[in-house]
Amino acid sequence: MSAHEPTTPSAPKRAGWAWRPFALTLPALVLLAAVIGYPLLTIVLRSLSEPQWGAQNYVWFFGAPINLTVLQRTFTISAWVTIVCVICAYPYAYLMTAVGPRVRLVLVLCVLIPFWVSGVVRTLSWVILLQDSGVINSLLRAAGFDGIRLIRTQTGVVIGMAQVLLPFMILPLYSVMKGIDLRLMRAAQSLGARPSRAFFTVYLPLSLPGVYAGAIIVFILALGFYITPALLGGPRSTMLSTLVQTQVLSLLQWGRGGAMGVVLLVTTFVLLALAAPVMRSRYREAGRS
Amino acid sequence: MEMKPLTRVILGLVCLLVAIWLVAPTLVVVPMSFNENKSLAFPPQGFSWQWYQNFFTNPDWSSSFLNSLKVASVVAVLATVLGTLAAFGLDRMKAGPASLLRMLMLTPMVVPGVVLAIGIYAVYLDTHLVGTMLGFVLAHTILALPFVLIAVSASLEVFDRRLETAAASLGAGALTAFRTVTLPLILPGMLSGLLFAFATSFDEIVVSLFIANPYLKTLPVQIFSSITRDADPTVAAVGTILLFATTILIGGGMLLLGRERKGRP
Repeated sequence: MSAHEPTTPSAPKRAGWAWRPFALTLPALVLLAAVIGYPLLTIVLRSLSEPQWGAQNYVWFFGAPINLTVLQRTFTISAWVTIVCVICAYPYAYLMTAVGPRVRLVLVLCVLIPFWVSGVVRTLSWVILLQDSGVINSLLRAAGFDGIRLIRTQTGVVIGMAQVLLPFMILPLYSVMKGIDLRLMRAAQSLGARPSRAFFTVYLPLSLPGVYAGAIIVFILALGFYITPALLGGPRSTMLSTLVQTQVLSLLQWGRGGAMGVVLLVTTFVLLALAAPVMRSRYREAGRS
Repeated sequence: MEMKPLTRVILGLVCLLVAIWLVAPTLVVVPMSFNENKSLAFPPQGFSWQWYQNFFTNPDWSSSFLNSLKVASVVAVLATVLGTLAAFGLDRMKAGPASLLRMLMLTPMVVPGVVLAIGIYAVYLDTHLVGTMLGFVLAHTILALPFVLIAVSASLEVFDRRLETAAASLGAGALTAFRTVTLPLILPGMLSGLLFAFATSFDEIVVSLFIANPYLKTLPVQIFSSITRDADPTVAAVGTILLFATTILIGGGMLLLGRERKGRP
Protein backbone atom coordinates (compact mmCIF):
# COMPACT_ATOMS: atom_id res chain seq x y z
CA MET A 1 0.00 0.00 0.00
CA SER A 2 2.78 2.39 0.77
CA ALA A 3 5.32 1.11 -1.70
CA HIS A 4 5.50 4.63 -3.10
CA GLU A 5 5.95 6.21 0.29
CA PRO A 6 7.98 9.33 -0.38
CA THR A 7 10.97 9.70 1.91
CA THR A 8 10.73 13.48 1.85
CA PRO A 9 9.68 15.48 4.93
CA SER A 10 6.06 15.71 5.96
CA ALA A 11 4.83 18.69 3.95
CA PRO A 12 5.01 17.21 0.44
CA LYS A 13 3.88 13.89 1.91
CA ARG A 14 0.61 15.47 3.00
CA ALA A 15 0.16 17.01 -0.42
CA GLY A 16 0.51 13.52 -1.85
CA TRP A 17 -2.47 12.28 0.15
CA ALA A 18 -4.97 13.97 -2.14
CA TRP A 19 -4.18 11.78 -5.12
CA ARG A 20 -3.27 8.64 -3.25
CA PRO A 21 -6.82 7.36 -2.60
CA PHE A 22 -7.52 7.67 -6.30
CA ALA A 23 -4.27 5.90 -7.14
CA LEU A 24 -5.41 2.97 -4.99
CA THR A 25 -8.58 2.58 -7.03
CA LEU A 26 -6.70 2.93 -10.30
CA PRO A 27 -5.81 -0.76 -10.92
CA ALA A 28 -9.43 -1.79 -10.46
CA LEU A 29 -10.63 1.07 -12.66
CA VAL A 30 -8.20 0.19 -15.44
CA LEU A 31 -9.35 -3.42 -15.43
CA LEU A 32 -12.97 -2.24 -15.31
CA ALA A 33 -12.44 -0.02 -18.33
CA ALA A 34 -10.68 -2.79 -20.25
CA VAL A 35 -12.98 -5.72 -19.46
CA ILE A 36 -16.36 -4.00 -19.00
CA GLY A 37 -16.18 -0.52 -20.52
CA TYR A 38 -14.40 -1.30 -23.75
CA PRO A 39 -16.46 -4.44 -24.55
CA LEU A 40 -19.76 -2.65 -23.91
CA LEU A 41 -18.59 0.24 -26.07
CA THR A 42 -17.67 -2.25 -28.80
CA ILE A 43 -21.19 -3.69 -28.70
CA VAL A 44 -22.81 -0.26 -28.91
CA LEU A 45 -20.57 0.68 -31.85
CA ARG A 46 -21.20 -2.58 -33.66
CA SER A 47 -24.95 -2.21 -33.23
CA LEU A 48 -24.67 1.15 -34.99
CA SER A 49 -22.09 0.27 -37.62
CA GLU A 50 -22.70 -3.25 -38.91
CA PRO A 51 -23.26 -3.79 -41.78
CA GLN A 52 -23.15 -0.02 -42.27
CA TRP A 53 -23.43 3.08 -40.11
CA GLY A 54 -26.96 3.93 -39.03
CA ALA A 55 -29.84 2.82 -36.84
CA GLN A 56 -30.86 -0.04 -39.17
CA ASN A 57 -30.40 -2.71 -36.50
CA TYR A 58 -32.69 -0.90 -34.08
CA VAL A 59 -35.24 -0.30 -36.86
CA TRP A 60 -35.07 -4.04 -37.61
CA PHE A 61 -35.40 -4.95 -33.91
CA PHE A 62 -38.47 -2.85 -33.24
CA GLY A 63 -39.93 -3.64 -36.66
CA ALA A 64 -39.94 -7.43 -36.48
CA PRO A 65 -42.98 -8.83 -34.61
CA ILE A 66 -41.02 -11.87 -33.41
CA ASN A 67 -38.54 -9.63 -31.57
CA LEU A 68 -41.30 -7.66 -29.95
CA THR A 69 -42.99 -10.89 -28.89
CA VAL A 70 -39.77 -12.05 -27.25
CA LEU A 71 -39.20 -8.66 -25.64
CA GLN A 72 -42.71 -8.69 -24.24
CA ARG A 73 -42.30 -12.29 -23.11
CA THR A 74 -39.05 -11.42 -21.34
CA PHE A 75 -40.92 -8.77 -19.37
CA THR A 76 -43.88 -11.08 -18.70
CA ILE A 77 -41.72 -13.93 -17.45
CA SER A 78 -39.67 -11.57 -15.27
CA ALA A 79 -42.88 -10.09 -13.85
CA TRP A 80 -44.26 -13.55 -13.05
CA VAL A 81 -40.99 -14.57 -11.44
CA THR A 82 -41.07 -11.40 -9.32
CA ILE A 83 -44.69 -12.01 -8.28
CA VAL A 84 -44.00 -15.63 -7.35
CA CYS A 85 -40.94 -14.53 -5.37
CA VAL A 86 -42.85 -11.85 -3.45
CA ILE A 87 -45.67 -14.25 -2.58
CA CYS A 88 -43.31 -17.00 -1.41
CA ALA A 89 -40.72 -14.78 0.26
CA TYR A 90 -43.10 -12.62 2.30
CA PRO A 91 -44.42 -15.28 4.72
CA TYR A 92 -40.98 -16.92 4.79
CA ALA A 93 -39.14 -13.73 5.73
CA TYR A 94 -41.84 -12.94 8.28
CA LEU A 95 -41.45 -16.35 9.88
CA MET A 96 -37.69 -15.74 10.08
CA THR A 97 -38.34 -12.73 12.30
CA ALA A 98 -40.93 -14.50 14.45
CA VAL A 99 -39.11 -17.69 15.48
CA GLY A 100 -36.36 -18.45 17.96
CA PRO A 101 -32.66 -18.40 17.01
CA ARG A 102 -32.44 -22.16 16.36
CA VAL A 103 -35.34 -22.36 13.91
CA ARG A 104 -34.10 -19.13 12.33
CA LEU A 105 -30.71 -20.74 11.68
CA VAL A 106 -32.47 -23.61 9.89
CA LEU A 107 -34.54 -21.15 7.83
CA VAL A 108 -31.43 -19.13 6.91
CA LEU A 109 -29.62 -22.33 5.92
CA CYS A 110 -32.52 -23.29 3.64
CA VAL A 111 -32.09 -19.94 1.87
CA LEU A 112 -28.32 -20.32 1.54
CA ILE A 113 -28.06 -24.00 0.61
CA PRO A 114 -29.13 -23.38 -3.03
CA PHE A 115 -26.00 -21.22 -3.37
CA TRP A 116 -23.82 -24.18 -2.38
CA VAL A 117 -24.14 -25.94 -5.69
CA SER A 118 -23.31 -24.23 -8.91
CA GLY A 119 -26.07 -22.51 -10.83
CA VAL A 120 -25.80 -24.90 -13.76
CA VAL A 121 -26.21 -27.92 -11.53
CA ARG A 122 -29.28 -26.37 -9.95
CA THR A 123 -30.83 -25.90 -13.35
CA LEU A 124 -29.99 -29.51 -14.15
CA SER A 125 -31.96 -30.50 -11.05
CA TRP A 126 -34.94 -28.64 -12.43
CA VAL A 127 -34.59 -30.42 -15.75
CA ILE A 128 -34.71 -33.71 -13.84
CA LEU A 129 -37.66 -32.67 -11.69
CA LEU A 130 -39.75 -31.06 -14.40
CA GLN A 131 -39.24 -33.51 -17.27
CA ASP A 132 -42.32 -35.26 -18.58
CA SER A 133 -41.49 -38.46 -16.70
CA GLY A 134 -40.26 -36.44 -13.69
CA VAL A 135 -41.37 -36.43 -10.06
CA ILE A 136 -43.64 -33.43 -10.31
CA ASN A 137 -45.49 -34.72 -13.33
CA SER A 138 -45.89 -38.14 -11.68
CA LEU A 139 -47.37 -36.48 -8.60
CA LEU A 140 -49.68 -34.38 -10.73
CA ARG A 141 -50.77 -37.44 -12.67
CA ALA A 142 -51.46 -39.31 -9.41
CA ALA A 143 -53.57 -36.35 -8.31
CA GLY A 144 -55.56 -36.58 -11.51
CA PHE A 145 -53.96 -33.75 -13.49
CA ASP A 146 -52.87 -35.53 -16.61
CA GLY A 147 -51.03 -34.11 -19.56
CA ILE A 148 -49.59 -31.03 -17.88
CA ARG A 149 -46.30 -30.15 -19.52
CA LEU A 150 -43.75 -28.27 -17.47
CA ILE A 151 -40.44 -28.57 -19.19
CA ARG A 152 -39.99 -26.43 -22.26
CA THR A 153 -42.92 -24.28 -21.19
CA GLN A 154 -43.14 -20.82 -19.73
CA THR A 155 -44.45 -22.25 -16.43
CA GLY A 156 -41.38 -24.44 -16.10
CA VAL A 157 -39.08 -21.52 -16.77
CA VAL A 158 -40.87 -19.40 -14.15
CA ILE A 159 -40.68 -22.19 -11.54
CA GLY A 160 -36.96 -22.70 -12.09
CA MET A 161 -36.06 -19.01 -12.25
CA ALA A 162 -38.12 -18.12 -9.18
CA GLN A 163 -36.33 -20.78 -7.15
CA VAL A 164 -32.95 -19.43 -8.21
CA LEU A 165 -33.93 -15.84 -7.46
CA LEU A 166 -35.95 -16.38 -4.26
CA PRO A 167 -32.98 -15.74 -1.91
CA PHE A 168 -32.54 -12.28 -3.47
CA MET A 169 -36.11 -11.54 -2.40
CA ILE A 170 -36.02 -13.15 1.04
CA LEU A 171 -32.81 -11.52 2.28
CA PRO A 172 -33.72 -7.81 1.73
CA LEU A 173 -37.25 -8.48 2.99
CA TYR A 174 -35.89 -10.10 6.13
CA SER A 175 -33.48 -7.25 6.79
CA VAL A 176 -36.36 -4.74 6.63
CA MET A 177 -38.80 -6.86 8.62
CA LYS A 178 -36.19 -7.43 11.32
CA GLY A 179 -36.23 -3.69 12.00
CA ILE A 180 -40.00 -3.39 12.37
CA ASP A 181 -41.03 -2.76 15.95
CA LEU A 182 -43.62 -5.44 16.72
CA ARG A 183 -44.95 -3.34 19.60
CA LEU A 184 -46.61 -1.18 16.95
CA MET A 185 -48.80 -4.15 16.04
CA ARG A 186 -49.65 -4.72 19.67
CA ALA A 187 -50.47 -1.04 20.01
CA ALA A 188 -52.81 -1.22 17.02
CA GLN A 189 -54.52 -4.27 18.45
CA SER A 190 -54.87 -2.74 21.89
CA LEU A 191 -56.63 0.14 20.19
CA GLY A 192 -59.18 -2.34 18.85
CA ALA A 193 -57.81 -3.36 15.46
CA ARG A 194 -58.30 -6.99 14.54
CA PRO A 195 -55.04 -8.83 13.75
CA SER A 196 -55.71 -8.74 10.00
CA ARG A 197 -56.44 -5.02 10.09
CA ALA A 198 -53.36 -4.34 12.20
CA PHE A 199 -51.34 -6.30 9.66
CA PHE A 200 -52.65 -4.42 6.63
CA THR A 201 -52.52 -0.92 8.14
CA VAL A 202 -49.33 -1.18 10.19
CA TYR A 203 -47.06 -4.09 9.31
CA LEU A 204 -47.51 -4.28 5.56
CA PRO A 205 -46.73 -0.60 4.84
CA LEU A 206 -43.65 -0.79 7.05
CA SER A 207 -42.37 -3.85 5.23
CA LEU A 208 -42.94 -2.43 1.73
CA PRO A 209 -39.39 -1.01 1.36
CA GLY A 210 -38.10 -4.57 1.59
CA VAL A 211 -40.62 -5.71 -1.01
CA TYR A 212 -39.57 -2.92 -3.38
CA ALA A 213 -35.88 -3.60 -2.92
CA GLY A 214 -36.24 -7.33 -3.42
CA ALA A 215 -38.65 -7.00 -6.33
CA ILE A 216 -36.37 -4.62 -8.22
CA ILE A 217 -33.35 -6.89 -7.74
CA VAL A 218 -35.28 -10.00 -8.77
CA PHE A 219 -36.87 -8.32 -11.80
CA ILE A 220 -33.59 -6.92 -13.09
CA LEU A 221 -31.73 -10.20 -12.61
CA ALA A 222 -34.61 -12.08 -14.27
CA LEU A 223 -34.51 -9.84 -17.36
CA GLY A 224 -30.96 -10.94 -18.11
CA PHE A 225 -31.40 -14.64 -17.33
CA TYR A 226 -29.81 -16.90 -19.85
CA ILE A 227 -28.98 -20.36 -18.52
CA THR A 228 -32.31 -21.32 -16.97
CA PRO A 229 -34.49 -20.37 -19.96
CA ALA A 230 -31.97 -22.00 -22.28
CA LEU A 231 -32.15 -25.34 -20.46
CA LEU A 232 -35.72 -25.36 -19.14
CA GLY A 233 -37.43 -23.43 -21.88
CA GLY A 234 -38.48 -24.30 -25.38
CA PRO A 235 -38.93 -22.28 -28.55
CA ARG A 236 -42.11 -20.77 -27.13
CA SER A 237 -40.40 -19.49 -23.99
CA THR A 238 -37.31 -17.93 -25.54
CA MET A 239 -36.10 -14.85 -23.70
CA LEU A 240 -34.12 -11.91 -25.01
CA SER A 241 -30.76 -13.27 -23.84
CA THR A 242 -31.15 -16.42 -25.91
CA LEU A 243 -32.03 -14.34 -28.95
CA VAL A 244 -28.88 -12.26 -28.48
CA GLN A 245 -26.81 -15.42 -28.26
CA THR A 246 -28.41 -16.88 -31.42
CA GLN A 247 -27.78 -13.71 -33.42
CA VAL A 248 -24.14 -13.52 -32.41
CA LEU A 249 -22.99 -17.15 -32.24
CA SER A 250 -25.21 -18.88 -34.80
CA LEU A 251 -26.01 -16.14 -37.31
CA LEU A 252 -22.87 -14.03 -36.79
CA GLN A 253 -25.11 -10.96 -36.93
CA TRP A 254 -23.08 -8.81 -34.54
CA GLY A 255 -25.03 -5.69 -35.41
CA ARG A 256 -28.44 -7.19 -34.68
CA GLY A 257 -27.28 -9.12 -31.63
CA GLY A 258 -25.55 -5.97 -30.38
CA ALA A 259 -28.70 -3.89 -30.84
CA MET A 260 -30.68 -6.43 -28.80
CA GLY A 261 -27.99 -6.40 -26.14
CA VAL A 262 -28.09 -2.62 -25.99
CA VAL A 263 -31.89 -2.70 -25.61
CA LEU A 264 -31.51 -5.14 -22.71
CA LEU A 265 -28.72 -3.08 -21.16
CA VAL A 266 -30.56 0.23 -21.44
CA THR A 267 -33.75 -1.30 -20.02
CA THR A 268 -31.81 -2.59 -17.04
CA PHE A 269 -30.15 0.75 -16.32
CA VAL A 270 -33.38 2.73 -16.79
CA LEU A 271 -35.12 0.44 -14.31
CA LEU A 272 -32.25 0.82 -11.85
CA ALA A 273 -32.30 4.60 -12.23
CA LEU A 274 -36.08 4.69 -11.73
CA ALA A 275 -35.88 2.41 -8.71
CA ALA A 276 -32.96 4.03 -6.93
CA PRO A 277 -34.69 7.23 -5.68
CA VAL A 278 -37.91 5.37 -4.80
CA MET A 279 -36.00 2.80 -2.81
CA ARG A 280 -33.86 5.39 -1.09
CA SER A 281 -36.81 7.51 0.05
CA ARG A 282 -38.77 4.45 1.17
CA TYR A 283 -35.81 3.30 3.22
CA ARG A 284 -35.57 6.71 4.80
CA GLU A 285 -39.28 6.67 5.63
CA ALA A 286 -38.92 3.24 7.20
CA GLY A 287 -35.99 4.49 9.22
CA ARG A 288 -37.94 7.46 10.51
CA SER A 289 -41.06 5.58 11.60
CA MET B 1 -47.54 -10.21 16.63
CA GLU B 2 -50.49 -12.13 18.03
CA MET B 3 -51.76 -14.75 15.62
CA LYS B 4 -54.69 -17.10 15.65
CA PRO B 5 -53.59 -20.75 15.86
CA LEU B 6 -55.02 -21.37 12.38
CA THR B 7 -53.00 -18.51 10.87
CA ARG B 8 -49.92 -19.89 12.56
CA VAL B 9 -50.44 -23.39 11.14
CA ILE B 10 -51.00 -22.03 7.62
CA LEU B 11 -47.92 -19.82 7.87
CA GLY B 12 -45.84 -22.76 9.04
CA LEU B 13 -47.08 -24.98 6.21
CA VAL B 14 -46.47 -22.35 3.54
CA CYS B 15 -42.95 -21.79 4.80
CA LEU B 16 -42.30 -25.52 4.92
CA LEU B 17 -43.31 -25.77 1.26
CA VAL B 18 -41.08 -22.82 0.35
CA ALA B 19 -38.17 -24.40 2.24
CA ILE B 20 -38.67 -27.71 0.41
CA TRP B 21 -38.86 -25.83 -2.90
CA LEU B 22 -35.58 -24.11 -2.06
CA VAL B 23 -33.66 -27.14 -0.86
CA ALA B 24 -35.04 -30.18 -2.70
CA PRO B 25 -33.60 -29.33 -6.13
CA THR B 26 -30.18 -29.04 -4.52
CA LEU B 27 -30.41 -32.59 -3.23
CA VAL B 28 -31.95 -34.26 -6.28
CA VAL B 29 -28.52 -34.73 -7.86
CA VAL B 30 -27.33 -36.96 -5.00
CA PRO B 31 -29.48 -40.04 -5.81
CA MET B 32 -29.13 -39.38 -9.55
CA SER B 33 -25.35 -39.66 -9.32
CA PHE B 34 -25.52 -43.35 -8.33
CA ASN B 35 -27.70 -44.28 -11.29
CA GLU B 36 -26.85 -47.56 -12.98
CA ASN B 37 -28.24 -46.54 -16.36
CA LYS B 38 -27.02 -43.74 -18.53
CA SER B 39 -30.14 -41.66 -18.05
CA LEU B 40 -31.36 -38.78 -15.96
CA ALA B 41 -34.83 -40.26 -15.43
CA PHE B 42 -36.07 -39.98 -11.87
CA PRO B 43 -36.16 -42.19 -9.79
CA PRO B 44 -32.70 -43.63 -10.59
CA GLN B 45 -32.22 -47.39 -11.07
CA GLY B 46 -29.73 -49.56 -9.19
CA PHE B 47 -26.47 -48.40 -7.68
CA SER B 48 -23.06 -47.72 -9.15
CA TRP B 49 -20.01 -45.56 -8.73
CA GLN B 50 -19.27 -45.42 -12.47
CA TRP B 51 -20.14 -41.74 -12.90
CA TYR B 52 -17.72 -40.75 -10.18
CA GLN B 53 -15.09 -42.90 -11.86
CA ASN B 54 -15.91 -41.23 -15.14
CA PHE B 55 -15.46 -37.80 -13.59
CA PHE B 56 -11.97 -38.58 -12.34
CA THR B 57 -10.77 -40.56 -15.36
CA ASN B 58 -12.39 -38.83 -18.34
CA PRO B 59 -9.99 -36.04 -19.37
CA ASP B 60 -12.90 -33.83 -20.51
CA TRP B 61 -14.16 -33.67 -16.96
CA SER B 62 -10.95 -33.76 -14.97
CA SER B 63 -9.19 -31.14 -17.10
CA SER B 64 -12.13 -28.74 -16.98
CA PHE B 65 -12.27 -29.21 -13.21
CA LEU B 66 -8.55 -28.43 -12.89
CA ASN B 67 -8.95 -25.40 -15.16
CA SER B 68 -11.74 -24.11 -12.95
CA LEU B 69 -9.61 -24.59 -9.84
CA LYS B 70 -6.66 -22.79 -11.42
CA VAL B 71 -8.68 -19.87 -12.76
CA ALA B 72 -10.67 -19.48 -9.54
CA SER B 73 -7.52 -19.49 -7.37
CA VAL B 74 -5.80 -16.80 -9.41
CA VAL B 75 -9.02 -14.78 -9.64
CA ALA B 76 -9.56 -15.01 -5.88
CA VAL B 77 -6.12 -13.56 -5.14
CA LEU B 78 -6.19 -10.95 -7.90
CA ALA B 79 -9.72 -9.76 -7.14
CA THR B 80 -8.94 -9.58 -3.41
CA VAL B 81 -5.83 -7.46 -3.98
CA LEU B 82 -7.51 -5.10 -6.46
CA GLY B 83 -10.74 -4.97 -4.46
CA THR B 84 -8.98 -4.25 -1.17
CA LEU B 85 -6.87 -1.48 -2.71
CA ALA B 86 -9.98 0.04 -4.29
CA ALA B 87 -11.96 -0.24 -1.05
CA PHE B 88 -9.17 1.62 0.77
CA GLY B 89 -9.06 4.30 -1.88
CA LEU B 90 -12.82 4.81 -1.79
CA ASP B 91 -12.79 4.86 2.00
CA ARG B 92 -10.28 7.71 2.04
CA MET B 93 -11.86 9.71 -0.76
CA LYS B 94 -14.38 12.54 -0.60
CA ALA B 95 -17.93 11.22 -0.41
CA GLY B 96 -19.02 12.49 -3.83
CA PRO B 97 -16.40 10.96 -6.11
CA ALA B 98 -16.26 7.89 -3.86
CA SER B 99 -19.93 7.04 -4.35
CA LEU B 100 -19.66 7.64 -8.11
CA LEU B 101 -16.63 5.37 -8.43
CA ARG B 102 -18.22 2.77 -6.16
CA MET B 103 -21.30 2.67 -8.40
CA LEU B 104 -19.04 2.27 -11.42
CA MET B 105 -17.20 -0.62 -9.82
CA LEU B 106 -20.45 -2.38 -8.93
CA THR B 107 -21.76 -2.32 -12.52
CA PRO B 108 -20.48 -5.84 -13.31
CA MET B 109 -23.19 -7.08 -10.93
CA VAL B 110 -26.08 -5.55 -12.88
CA VAL B 111 -24.97 -5.74 -16.51
CA PRO B 112 -26.98 -8.63 -18.03
CA GLY B 113 -24.68 -11.63 -18.43
CA VAL B 114 -25.21 -12.17 -22.13
CA VAL B 115 -24.59 -8.52 -23.04
CA LEU B 116 -21.30 -8.58 -21.19
CA ALA B 117 -20.50 -11.96 -22.69
CA ILE B 118 -20.88 -10.87 -26.33
CA GLY B 119 -18.89 -7.71 -25.59
CA ILE B 120 -16.01 -9.58 -24.01
CA TYR B 121 -16.21 -12.21 -26.76
CA ALA B 122 -15.93 -9.52 -29.43
CA VAL B 123 -12.88 -7.97 -27.77
CA TYR B 124 -11.28 -11.38 -27.08
CA LEU B 125 -11.68 -12.41 -30.72
CA ASP B 126 -9.69 -9.34 -31.73
CA THR B 127 -7.02 -9.83 -29.08
CA HIS B 128 -6.79 -13.65 -29.37
CA LEU B 129 -7.82 -14.19 -25.77
CA VAL B 130 -10.60 -16.72 -26.51
CA GLY B 131 -9.81 -20.02 -24.86
CA THR B 132 -6.87 -18.71 -22.83
CA MET B 133 -6.24 -18.74 -19.11
CA LEU B 134 -5.53 -15.02 -19.17
CA GLY B 135 -8.89 -14.38 -20.82
CA PHE B 136 -10.76 -16.33 -18.17
CA VAL B 137 -8.81 -14.72 -15.33
CA LEU B 138 -9.42 -11.16 -16.56
CA ALA B 139 -13.15 -11.67 -17.17
CA HIS B 140 -13.76 -13.49 -13.90
CA THR B 141 -11.72 -11.02 -11.87
CA ILE B 142 -13.87 -8.11 -12.96
CA LEU B 143 -17.03 -10.12 -12.18
CA ALA B 144 -15.68 -11.02 -8.72
CA LEU B 145 -14.42 -7.53 -7.89
CA PRO B 146 -17.76 -6.12 -6.63
CA PHE B 147 -18.06 -8.87 -4.02
CA VAL B 148 -14.60 -8.15 -2.62
CA LEU B 149 -15.31 -4.42 -2.67
CA ILE B 150 -18.55 -4.88 -0.73
CA ALA B 151 -16.97 -7.22 1.83
CA VAL B 152 -13.85 -5.12 2.48
CA SER B 153 -15.80 -1.83 2.48
CA ALA B 154 -18.11 -3.25 5.12
CA SER B 155 -15.20 -4.06 7.42
CA LEU B 156 -13.57 -0.67 6.72
CA GLU B 157 -16.78 1.05 7.72
CA VAL B 158 -16.49 -0.24 11.27
CA PHE B 159 -12.73 0.22 11.35
CA ASP B 160 -11.68 3.06 13.64
CA ARG B 161 -9.14 5.08 11.68
CA ARG B 162 -7.80 6.68 14.86
CA LEU B 163 -6.09 3.34 15.52
CA GLU B 164 -3.80 4.06 12.57
CA THR B 165 -3.12 7.54 13.90
CA ALA B 166 -2.36 6.03 17.29
CA ALA B 167 0.10 3.60 15.73
CA ALA B 168 1.72 6.44 13.79
CA SER B 169 2.00 8.57 16.90
CA LEU B 170 3.80 5.68 18.59
CA GLY B 171 6.34 5.78 15.79
CA ALA B 172 5.07 3.19 13.33
CA GLY B 173 5.58 3.94 9.66
CA ALA B 174 2.60 3.77 7.34
CA LEU B 175 3.52 0.25 6.24
CA THR B 176 4.06 -1.04 9.78
CA ALA B 177 0.82 0.56 10.96
CA PHE B 178 -1.02 -1.07 8.07
CA ARG B 179 0.52 -4.48 8.66
CA THR B 180 0.16 -4.61 12.44
CA VAL B 181 -3.04 -2.63 13.01
CA THR B 182 -5.21 -2.25 9.93
CA LEU B 183 -4.63 -5.57 8.20
CA PRO B 184 -5.55 -7.85 11.13
CA LEU B 185 -8.77 -5.89 11.68
CA ILE B 186 -9.98 -6.00 8.09
CA LEU B 187 -8.73 -9.54 7.47
CA PRO B 188 -12.17 -11.15 8.00
CA GLY B 189 -13.63 -8.88 5.32
CA MET B 190 -10.79 -9.70 2.94
CA LEU B 191 -11.18 -13.42 3.59
CA SER B 192 -14.89 -13.40 2.90
CA GLY B 193 -14.17 -11.36 -0.23
CA LEU B 194 -11.59 -13.97 -1.25
CA LEU B 195 -14.11 -16.75 -0.75
CA PHE B 196 -16.82 -14.93 -2.71
CA ALA B 197 -14.37 -14.21 -5.51
CA PHE B 198 -13.36 -17.85 -5.70
CA ALA B 199 -16.98 -18.98 -5.73
CA THR B 200 -17.95 -16.39 -8.35
CA SER B 201 -15.21 -17.53 -10.69
CA PHE B 202 -15.75 -21.22 -10.04
CA ASP B 203 -19.47 -20.85 -10.75
CA GLU B 204 -19.38 -18.37 -13.65
CA ILE B 205 -21.07 -19.74 -16.74
CA VAL B 206 -22.49 -17.14 -19.13
CA VAL B 207 -19.29 -15.27 -20.04
CA SER B 208 -17.32 -18.52 -19.80
CA LEU B 209 -19.57 -20.18 -22.40
CA PHE B 210 -18.57 -17.52 -24.91
CA ILE B 211 -14.85 -17.31 -24.19
CA ALA B 212 -14.21 -21.06 -23.85
CA ASN B 213 -13.03 -23.20 -26.73
CA PRO B 214 -12.70 -26.98 -27.11
CA TYR B 215 -9.14 -26.82 -25.77
CA LEU B 216 -9.81 -24.77 -22.69
CA LYS B 217 -13.09 -24.82 -20.82
CA THR B 218 -14.10 -24.51 -17.21
CA LEU B 219 -16.25 -26.94 -15.25
CA PRO B 220 -19.58 -25.06 -15.61
CA VAL B 221 -19.06 -24.93 -19.38
CA GLN B 222 -18.41 -28.66 -19.45
CA ILE B 223 -21.52 -29.26 -17.31
CA PHE B 224 -23.63 -27.08 -19.59
CA SER B 225 -22.48 -28.74 -22.77
CA SER B 226 -22.96 -32.15 -21.21
CA ILE B 227 -26.56 -31.30 -20.25
CA THR B 228 -27.38 -29.99 -23.69
CA ARG B 229 -25.66 -32.91 -25.47
CA ASP B 230 -26.94 -36.01 -23.70
CA ALA B 231 -28.31 -37.35 -20.42
CA ASP B 232 -24.97 -38.15 -18.79
CA PRO B 233 -25.30 -38.77 -15.02
CA THR B 234 -21.66 -37.66 -14.58
CA VAL B 235 -23.18 -34.20 -14.20
CA ALA B 236 -25.07 -35.42 -11.16
CA ALA B 237 -21.86 -36.90 -9.73
CA VAL B 238 -20.10 -33.55 -10.20
CA GLY B 239 -23.02 -31.75 -8.56
CA THR B 240 -22.85 -34.13 -5.59
CA ILE B 241 -19.08 -33.71 -5.20
CA LEU B 242 -19.43 -29.92 -5.31
CA LEU B 243 -22.29 -30.03 -2.80
CA PHE B 244 -20.25 -32.04 -0.32
CA ALA B 245 -17.08 -30.01 -0.86
CA THR B 246 -18.93 -26.75 -0.20
CA THR B 247 -20.73 -28.20 2.80
CA ILE B 248 -17.42 -29.25 4.34
CA LEU B 249 -15.79 -25.90 3.53
CA ILE B 250 -18.67 -23.84 4.90
CA GLY B 251 -19.10 -26.12 7.91
CA GLY B 252 -15.40 -25.83 8.67
CA GLY B 253 -15.48 -22.09 8.18
CA MET B 254 -18.42 -21.70 10.53
CA LEU B 255 -16.68 -23.81 13.18
CA LEU B 256 -13.49 -21.74 12.85
CA LEU B 257 -15.43 -18.49 12.98
CA GLY B 258 -17.39 -19.65 16.04
CA ARG B 259 -14.18 -20.61 17.83
CA GLU B 260 -12.55 -17.31 16.92
CA ARG B 261 -15.51 -15.37 18.22
CA LYS B 262 -15.47 -17.31 21.47
CA GLY B 263 -11.72 -16.80 21.79
CA ARG B 264 -12.04 -13.04 21.55
CA PRO B 265 -11.94 -11.15 24.86
